[in-house]
Amino acid sequence: MTNGHAPAVAFDQVSKSFGSKHVLSDVSWNVPVGEAVCILGRSGTGKSVTLKLIIALLKPDQGSIWIDQDDVTHLEGPRLSAMRRKIGYLFQDAALFDSLTLYENLAVPLARLTQKSPGEIDYVVDRALGQVGLAGDKAKMPSELSGGMRKRAGLARALMLEPRILLADEPSSGLDRITASEIDDLLLQRKAEHKTTLIVVTHDVHGARRVADRLVVLDRGKLIAQGTVAEVEQSENEVARNLIGSNA
Amino acid sequence: MTNVFEIAGKVSLFGFRAAIDSFRRPFEGAQIVRQLGEIGSKSLPLVIASGFALGAVMTFHTHSTLVMFGASAISPAVQALAFFLEIGPLVTGLLVAGRAGSGIGAVLADMRATEQIDGMESLSIDSFKFLVVPRIIACTLALPVLTLFMDFSGLAGGFLSEFATSRLSLQLYIFRAFSNFQWTNFWPPTLKTCVFGFTIGTISSFFGYTINEGAQGVGKAATSSVVVSSLLIILLDVMLIKVIFFIFPESAL
Repeated sequence: MTNGHAPAVAFDQVSKSFGSKHVLSDVSWNVPVGEAVCILGRSGTGKSVTLKLIIALLKPDQGSIWIDQDDVTHLEGPRLSAMRRKIGYLFQDAALFDSLTLYENLAVPLARLTQKSPGEIDYVVDRALGQVGLAGDKAKMPSELSGGMRKRAGLARALMLEPRILLADEPSSGLDRITASEIDDLLLQRKAEHKTTLIVVTHDVHGARRVADRLVVLDRGKLIAQGTVAEVEQSENEVARNLIGSNA
Repeated sequence: MTNVFEIAGKVSLFGFRAAIDSFRRPFEGAQIVRQLGEIGSKSLPLVIASGFALGAVMTFHTHSTLVMFGASAISPAVQALAFFLEIGPLVTGLLVAGRAGSGIGAVLADMRATEQIDGMESLSIDSFKFLVVPRIIACTLALPVLTLFMDFSGLAGGFLSEFATSRLSLQLYIFRAFSNFQWTNFWPPTLKTCVFGFTIGTISSFFGYTINEGAQGVGKAATSSVVVSSLLIILLDVMLIKVIFFIFPESAL
C-alpha cells in the first residue's frame, strides 16, 4: 500500500460523530511522505471532516491521527501550533480574510509566525502571487476576485509557510474544467518540486485520476476502498467503482 | 432557565479569557487601532446627533415646567447633571450596543460561517487573540470617549434650545450648568461606561464567535448581541449607580 516511506499522515481507527450522526466510523488509512492521496465519497461522508481532524480543528471521538511522531489528537498550545505550521490548508471557498487585501492575506502568516523583514515578506508574497498568476491583483479585496482567483489565492496563502503537507478541500468545486485543471497543475507542481504530501478531498474524478497516487474512498463514514486508481477500479465494492466511474 | 445559566457561565469564562489574553503578547496594536476606528470613530456621528437632539428636546420639556415654579435658572444645571450622571452613559451604551454590537456579532459569525476563523487557526494564528480581544479592548476604550461627546453635544443642544426660548448667553449657560458641579458627578459615571464597553464587546464577540449556523447564524448573532448587551447595560447601570453612591456618597443628590 505504501512505497516504503514513513507515513506523513496516518489515521488509526478514527471515529467522529456529531450528535447522533456518525460521520466517521473506525477509519484507518495513511499516506506516505511525498505522495498524493485523493479522498473520494458521496456528500456527507466525512471527507471535509477528515481534513479538519488532520489539522486538529476538530477532535475525534476515538482513535489516533499521527503526523510524524505526534498524535495530533493530544496536542495543545505551542505544540499544536508547531504541528499546524507543517500543514497548509486550502479551504473549499478559500476562506480568505475578507477585511484584508490579497497581499495582506498572504503576508499575515509570514508577519506573525516568521522573523522575516518587511522587505523579505514583500518578496515572498510577490513571488507566491506570481506563481499562481495573481501578481497584478495584490491590492484587491477578496470580494473583487473571481472563484478561480480566490482558489489560487487560497492556495498561495496555504503555501506561505512552506508546509510539508497540503490539505485541499474541493480545490476544483465551482470551477470550469480549464480552471480546475490549472489548480490541479499547481498542486502537482508543488508535489514535484517540494515533495509536498497532498491530501485532496474531491468530487472531481477526472482531477483525482490526474493528481492521486492513491485513492481513499469513504461511504457513510466507513472506508470502503483504498489503493491506486487501478486497484480501486478493481474493488469489490460497487459504490467505490461507481464513484471513480469504472462502471460507466 | 438552565440554558440561561449555562450561557451566562460561558460568557463569563469568555470575558475572563479575553481579560487575561489582553495582557499576553502579541498585543495586537494594529487590530486595536482598526477596531477603535470601526467602533469609536464610526459611532461618533450617531452619538453626537443623538446627544444634540436629546439635549434640545429635554430642555424644551423641562424649561416650561421650571418656569412654572420660577426655577428656570437651574435649567442648565439640571441638563448638565442629567447628561453627565445618567443620560450620557446609558444612552451611549445603548447606541453603541445597537450600532457596534450588532456589527461585531454579525462580522464574527460571518467569519465563522465562511471558515475564515478556521483558516486563521490553520495558519497557527490564535483567532481569539486576533479577533476577539482587540474588539473588546476597543469597546472598553471607546465608550468613555463617546460618552463625553454625548454629554457635551447634549449640553450644546440644551443651550441652543435655551437660547431659542430665553436668549441666555453661552457664558451664563456654562456658568449655571457647572456652578454646583463636582468631579464626582463627572469621573465615576463616565468611567463606568468602560464596564458597559467591556460588556458590549464580550457579549457581541461571544455570540459572533461561537454561533456556527451559516447565514441564519449571522442574523441570530447580530440580534442576540444587541438584545443581551442592551439588557445587561440597563441592569449594570442600576448596580453601578449603587456602587458609585457607596464609594462616593457626596455624588448622591
